[in-house]
Amino acid sequence: MESNQYIQFFDGGLEPTLEALGGKGASLVTMTSAGMPVPPGFVVTTAAFDEFMAAAGITREIHDLLEGLDPEDVSEVDKVSAQIRADICSKPVPADLRARTLAAYEGLMGRFAEPVPVAVRSSATAEDLPDASFAGQQDTYLWLEGAKAVTEHIRQCWASLFTSRAIIYRLKNAIPNEGLSMAVVVQKMVNSKVSGVAMTLDPANGDRSKITIDSSYGVGEMVVSGQVTPDNIVLDKVTLAVVSEHLGDKHAELVPDRSAHTLVEREVDADRRARRSLTDDELVAVAAMAKRAEKHYKCPQDIEWALDADLPDGENLLLLQSRPETVHSSKPAVLKAATGGYAAALGATGAGQATAGGSQTGGTAAGGTSAPGGFNLGSITASLLKTSV
Amino acid sequence: MSLKSFPKPSELPVPAGAEGWEKIYPYYLVFQDKLKDQEDAKFWFCDSQHWPTVYKPFETIGGEFAVKCLGQYNARHLMIPNANGIEFRVHLGYLYMSPIPVPEDQIAERVPHFEQRVGHYFQNWEELLKQWHIKVRGTIDEMETLSFSKLPDMVPMDDITTGKAMDGSEVLLENYDRLIQLAYQNWQYHFEFLNLGYIAYLDFFNFCKDVFPNIPDQSIATMVQGVDMELFRPDDELKQLAKRAVELGIQSAFSNTDDVDATLAAVRASSGGDQWIRQYEEAQDPWFNFTVGNGFYGHDKYWKDHQEIPLGYIADYIRRLDEGQEIMRPTEELIAEKERIVEEYRDLLEGENQALFDAKRQLAATAYPYVENHNFYIEHWTMGVFWRKVRELSRMMHAEGFWTEPDDLLYLNRNEVRDALFDLVTGWGVGAQPIGPTYWPEEIERRRKIVDALKTARPAPALNTPPASITEPFTRMLWGITTEQVQQWLAPARKSKAAACAAWRPPRAWSRASPASSTTRTSWPKCSRARSWSPP
Repeated sequence: MESNQYIQFFDGGLEPTLEALGGKGASLVTMTSAGMPVPPGFVVTTAAFDEFMAAAGITREIHDLLEGLDPEDVSEVDKVSAQIRADICSKPVPADLRARTLAAYEGLMGRFAEPVPVAVRSSATAEDLPDASFAGQQDTYLWLEGAKAVTEHIRQCWASLFTSRAIIYRLKNAIPNEGLSMAVVVQKMVNSKVSGVAMTLDPANGDRSKITIDSSYGVGEMVVSGQVTPDNIVLDKVTLAVVSEHLGDKHAELVPDRSAHTLVEREVDADRRARRSLTDDELVAVAAMAKRAEKHYKCPQDIEWALDADLPDGENLLLLQSRPETVHSSKPAVLKAATGGYAAALGATGAGQATAGGSQTGGTAAGGTSAPGGFNLGSITASLLKTSV
Repeated sequence: MSLKSFPKPSELPVPAGAEGWEKIYPYYLVFQDKLKDQEDAKFWFCDSQHWPTVYKPFETIGGEFAVKCLGQYNARHLMIPNANGIEFRVHLGYLYMSPIPVPEDQIAERVPHFEQRVGHYFQNWEELLKQWHIKVRGTIDEMETLSFSKLPDMVPMDDITTGKAMDGSEVLLENYDRLIQLAYQNWQYHFEFLNLGYIAYLDFFNFCKDVFPNIPDQSIATMVQGVDMELFRPDDELKQLAKRAVELGIQSAFSNTDDVDATLAAVRASSGGDQWIRQYEEAQDPWFNFTVGNGFYGHDKYWKDHQEIPLGYIADYIRRLDEGQEIMRPTEELIAEKERIVEEYRDLLEGENQALFDAKRQLAATAYPYVENHNFYIEHWTMGVFWRKVRELSRMMHAEGFWTEPDDLLYLNRNEVRDALFDLVTGWGVGAQPIGPTYWPEEIERRRKIVDALKTARPAPALNTPPASITEPFTRMLWGITTEQVQQWLAPARKSKAAACAAWRPPRAWSRASPASSTTRTSWPKCSRARSWSPP
């Protein structure tokens, strides 16, 4: 789907910039292009917001309203906030911008057999965004269906730049109102048939050559909160071969109830409990995605993922979240290999050192410490004498 | 409750009709009544990996030479600190082995010798391996010169005029002795590098298991295996021949490859067929010295002697080419994938561990390819020539009336063959009938019945009481006989025969994926790969 100045699809292939897409939007585009498919969607860029504001002609008025406002006068702030937001939600959107937004929405819906609910979320550009309290983070509208609901909520996200909290925050921190802008993310609601978490290490010992996956049916909350015992699979990170697997009971699943816009819990039947919730191919796909996330973020990752019921097999694996794994990865990355030789332990003088024919052949001295391309006889002896292979 | 022991040898039932089986094998190969206490005190496991079916008496030669020579390198050449060789016995027709540990108090004193010896080999690997090829080729070439022709009615006149004063029987006797000696010689050479290959592998293997706990064995193998190897050459030759046949458009000549002569005649009659035949003949030496068996049995079929086998493979490759399939191994991709795997594991390590990884992998990658490549030279090539010569001798003696079937020599042990040969030349020399034609046919029938009866029973996985834990490295590495494996055999719920058979597979560390493992598993469509002293 084509991206343009106002609309950027996650997979549209354009370079993501913070100024155009906001933090969240840029991150979603970056992740998609790095092979970490987030739920599909698009960003209504800051250019769209700017275009709207310019056409609405309310920029000056907003500036005047905010000028000299006292952050301690909450009722006055509330009044100003309400007025600005009402303006933003009522002024007409330029026809071209509106057409492009609708086309993007229809384009997104066209990827599914039938229209699916979406989430609309604000994506702020402010780089000094302190925490989730600032505009953008909590403005997430779920389960939206139809173009009307979507466009209305895009406006609400725009308007959220001027909530009382946002206004007060900027006033208190002396952040100017000039150049404020807002991008908005429109993204498919995840419809998890299987979901779970994955870590790019083995939490049992911090071994970074493994990928550990927990997987169960439905939405991942029951896994994260420990309400079900998921399947647990350990894969080799390099070859993605299964190293061990334990089937969990997975007795229940949370699935979306679309009409009620909520999740409902239901029993998992015996057949589905008894088999692994991921096929071999899906397992490899989850692991490969976790591996890409680790490579992308350059440190061990703890991801949440889901298989989406509305997307075709092979394209239905979604990355919901990726964050640095900090608990186990702070341990040594690998166990220390046994070095030194059995011979040394025995006290056999000279053993483990270069007693080999090095002196006769003039070749590289063997034994002792291993030189590049050399070998360590003591270690070889120790390997042979090791009782467990 | 798990059982604690396997049956004693004397507790295994003798199949009906196999009574007296002990006497068809040399005395030293069977359990002895007078040593019962000692032998029952040892743990023996069955090597049905290399010898899955009952030995005919002559065929014990492979087990004897192989296991003896394996042991000598542990016990006498390399002074492996904790492992001597492996004692072996034939019981009810199957081979059982018992590894001999080194007493604890002697381990330390062997260490410096061990390190000096393996150090020399690892330091001079390439040069010593070059010499190995010369030695082994020399042995095979000499074996090829041996023949077992019928003796003439009269000593040739030339031998009279030159005063040779020998009747030619000495050549028959010498050639037989030489054949046995040359087989023995190449089995000694076989193990010159094999144990070393495993030692280098084990060193890297243990390191990987330390730094990457539970790393799949296959990953470790992949990092040290060769991609383009001599062992794959025979199959590659057939693929090239199939490609050439398609290029020449002579596919129709391969419609019935069971008829070798007709197939080759049809090729010759085709346009460009001569070109194909030339390539076919060039490929045969040495690459058709290749068996569909494992080299240890007289009934193994070698491509060279059964050309319907390679021709059948060629026909199959032609069919696949015509269907648009890619039949060549994607060598470059396999190498790239191997390099990726090495690089990714390496990148997980830092500092000293990374340097150790490099050194150990390099050594294993140098030493390990022998473990696979040697197969072609010994199990395939040497043993192919060996069994062909044995058949030649057997057929000559069959023609002299010694036995009723052409290959019945296999029912004599190798020292009895020497006797029978002297019987033959004596009868011939004095102008009388040899005794063999009177003695052997009846004796061979008796033995044939015993061998057939023994074949009706499967071997026990092991005999007697196992040790609490299996620590001997070669037992674990080469045969996959681990404490866990033994416990599994002893577990009461031994399910099916299939499960028991599967247990005989060597550990995964040694199970090489088929040559083109990561791409097409069909690259060896029909030839069950020889199970030899390499990871099958």
